Amino acid sequence: MSNTKDLPPPKTEIGVVGWCRKHLFSSWHNTLLTIVVAYFLVTLIGPLLNWLIFDATFSGTQPSDCTGGGACWVFINQRINFYIYGFYPDPLQWRIDVMFVLLAVAFVPQFIENFPKRKWFGIFGLTGLPVIGYILIPGGHFGLENVPSSKWGGLALTLILSYVGIVASLPLGTLLAMGRRSDMPIIRGLCVIFIEVWRAVPLITVLFMASVMLPLFLPEGMNFEKLARALIGITLWQSAYMAEEIRGGLQAIPKGQYEAASALGLGYWKKMGLIILPQALTLVIPGIVNTFISLFKDTTLVLIIGLFDILGAVQSTITDPAWQNVTTEGYVFVAFCFWVFCFGMSRYSQNLESKLDTSHRN
Amino acid sequence: MHKWYGKFHVLKDLNLTVEQGERIVICGPSGSGKSTFIRCINRLEEHQQGQIIVDGVELTDDLRQIDIVRREVGMVFQHFNLFPHLTVLENCCLAPLWVRKTPRREAEATAMEYLKRVKIPEQAHKYPGQLSGGQQQRVAIARALCMKPKVMLFDEPTSALDPEMIKEVLDVMIELAESGMTMICVTHEMGFAKTVADRVLFMDAGEIVETAPPHEFFSNPKEGRTQQFLKQILHH
Ligand SMILES: Nc1ncnc2c1ncn2[C@@H]1O[C@H](COP(=O)(O)OP(=O)(O)O)[C@@H](O)[C@H]1O
Ligand SMILES: [Mg+2]
Repeated sequence: MSNTKDLPPPKTEIGVVGWCRKHLFSSWHNTLLTIVVAYFLVTLIGPLLNWLIFDATFSGTQPSDCTGGGACWVFINQRINFYIYGFYPDPLQWRIDVMFVLLAVAFVPQFIENFPKRKWFGIFGLTGLPVIGYILIPGGHFGLENVPSSKWGGLALTLILSYVGIVASLPLGTLLAMGRRSDMPIIRGLCVIFIEVWRAVPLITVLFMASVMLPLFLPEGMNFEKLARALIGITLWQSAYMAEEIRGGLQAIPKGQYEAASALGLGYWKKMGLIILPQALTLVIPGIVNTFISLFKDTTLVLIIGLFDILGAVQSTITDPAWQNVTTEGYVFVAFCFWVFCFGMSRYSQNLESKLDTSHRN
Repeated sequence: MHKWYGKFHVLKDLNLTVEQGERIVICGPSGSGKSTFIRCINRLEEHQQGQIIVDGVELTDDLRQIDIVRREVGMVFQHFNLFPHLTVLENCCLAPLWVRKTPRREAEATAMEYLKRVKIPEQAHKYPGQLSGGQQQRVAIARALCMKPKVMLFDEPTSALDPEMIKEVLDVMIELAESGMTMICVTHEMGFAKTVADRVLFMDAGEIVETAPPHEFFSNPKEGRTQQFLKQILHH
């Protein structure tokens, strides 16, 4: 037992006043900086909030309802269905809704510490969810009416593109990373070439090639849909990035882990699957999430091959002559949608990072 | 057998037969090829000339032969090499489950039995990172034993440990030796060698310089290099 009593911290170190004094007014130039920044914040944020909320119009049905001088959210309200579902037929939109719900079921638990079995929800998200989506969204089986991919669009399409890109590139990238570290020169060589070629090409080129050039090379009659071609392009491109990310993780695993696994008699695939990859992937989750965030934003490039993702959908409506000057509202809305998803992913990776930190320390 | 690293002739004409139940201790200066030698026995390193036959199976490029041998040969490393993402119990059950296809319940029962033998059953559900070095090394021994190997290889199992932990690991190894396990140990723990070894091998510069029973090896070494080495080590 120690016989020094615990003392409360000195008064100035705690509370709002203490914090402000320490961080904002510790010296004359710090004080000056605080005042200047505060002045700009007040003059900028005030009008911004006015435009976004206080002077904005939220309810109504037509352009003439927007009288407040702020943003005309009525416009977004009116088109929200198109922005979310594209041309997906109204009576069948429940299928997309089911997918949204499943998406939430799989990933919301990932943000809740101590949620029971949350790992399994995540695994469902990466395996079961894409299978259900593959059956439900295009339909054509089990008495579900077929909806051709030319009718997909909006936020749903953005999510489909990035989700397929993410889910398919994870295993492919893992295999490529393993191949690049293989002892077999032919496999290693092929993987290196694949990775370096795809990584050196911008996504916009890949999409353009997939939609314009690929049909020229394919034999007559063997032509698949534009969306499928875009998905393949995105997946292969993303796999190359994923592979490099995962290779970093593989390199960080000490040689002793490989040796101990081999010495126990585990073959190559068991050694990788049970020992090496679980550790390597955990190490690089933050990096993987980062590339996911980039991919999510990059999917907007499908605009150039004529697919209407959320950005395309919004852009195609803001030129409507009936509504004047709704451009800003449209882009703010798109930005907000992207921010919600990207912020979610980023929070998730930060959670993980802090958790990994603690587990490495002990 | 012979082994080269590139042009470097690291193991030169080694010749050794180990009987079942025999305890061999290998010692020698650092860099003399001791680790390389015992890592050849389970093919963590490959040899280029000569034959290595483990329990009637010759080690060649054939992956199936290698798998058969590795199943019967347990290895304990200097730096433990436990799997940090698995609990102690999972570390021990992994190979029996996936290599021997033992049912889970049986594998766990066996694992607990060996954890008791190395005197840490109460740590079964902790992760390796939460254990001390000595405890980790004992887990590593239990993990290898769970495969019920016919031979155990030890590569300087105590040299990464703090002095107060060396004894707990050596006690486990002595007990194992007394139970009749065939063991090949690279170690500089001369006390251990005197207590349990049937033969002590002295290696230098990739050669086996001298082989003798421990009392003879320590009291009456024949080769000059051995005498010099012993003088250095016993001075400590
Ligand atoms: N992978 C390797 N490539 C080249 N040389 C190596 C390699 N591993 C070990 N060596 C060399 O082989 C010799 C024997 O090493 P080692 O078996 O680890 O010795 P010991 O265990 O007796 O200290 C050393 O000179 C070492 O530098
Ligand atoms: Mg060594």
